[in-house]
Amino acid sequence: MMSRIILLLAFVLFASSASGIDTGKAFDDPEMQARYERMIAEVRCVTCQNQNIRDSNAFIAADLRREIRRLMGEGKSDAEIKDFLVTRYGDFVLYRPRFSGKTLALWVAPFLLVLFGSIAIFRVVRHRMSLPIDDEGQKQ
Amino acid sequence: MNRYVLPLVAVLLLIPIMILGLRSDPSELPSQYLGKPAPEFNLPTLKDPTQFISTADLRGQVSLVNIWATWCGGCRVEHGFLMQLHEEQDVPIYAINWRDNRDDALKWLAQLGDPYVASGFDADGRVGIDWGAYGAPETFLLNADGHVVYRFTGPLSAAMWEQEFVPRIAELEK
Repeated sequence: MMSRIILLLAFVLFASSASGIDTGKAFDDPEMQARYERMIAEVRCVTCQNQNIRDSNAFIAADLRREIRRLMGEGKSDAEIKDFLVTRYGDFVLYRPRFSGKTLALWVAPFLLVLFGSIAIFRVVRHRMSLPIDDEGQKQ
Repeated sequence: MNRYVLPLVAVLLLIPIMILGLRSDPSELPSQYLGKPAPEFNLPTLKDPTQFISTADLRGQVSLVNIWATWCGGCRVEHGFLMQLHEEQDVPIYAINWRDNRDDALKWLAQLGDPYVASGFDADGRVGIDWGAYGAPETFLLNADGHVVYRFTGPLSAAMWEQEFVPRIAELEK
């Protein structure tokens, strides 16, 4: 009885990971396979937006994986494949958007925020260092 | 007093940005083809695999391109409205039948009616990807030059038609 329940649980828990995601290798050449896996990990699934197409079993993710395999098979470079995707789905489809006018804020803002934060901390610390040391508490 | 001014200004600046962020729907992606020619395609039609429909057929008048499939629940929801549009005959509706089964799709049109001038049969889904589709249904509004003017995602309704399409079509036909 118990083992049946465990088996049932296993079916239920792993059902989603069992279906849809490609098993087996897309390319025989290990270098191509590595490139392919790197690529599909960086492409966002457009219907299930917080997943990449490597982990998604949505049909559109499967289609995009197939298109990437096809383009790689045709000898297209990573940049050309990214172009293909961005033309159709926009910068949004890449988890690491390319540096361009549209994505400038995305890339530059973190550095600016760190810079502003550092300046603020520097100024606060310098101000506090110029204050007289308060040893009132020690006297009592 | 002065020390509170800067943080206050910063917060006041952040509030509108955050409100904008909350209001924008991340699942609503604008089409990459707005203002550009609709992506080229050439597909056999659903009804007759020896006939083809291509981008060239869409030029010459304002038209709609509807991406649909029998596996798509939203497509069934909007089908009644598409039939109504078809009967009004203001704008021809073309279709891309996306990743579907031909028999199922033909049965669907026989049962529910066929609002389309023609449906291209995109069995492996490549044309859908070329159009930047990420779900179905999607409805594209094209001008007479075959440029994409607008894309609507999700089931079309009379209310959405009035709100999103009617003013744009009026603009195009001016």
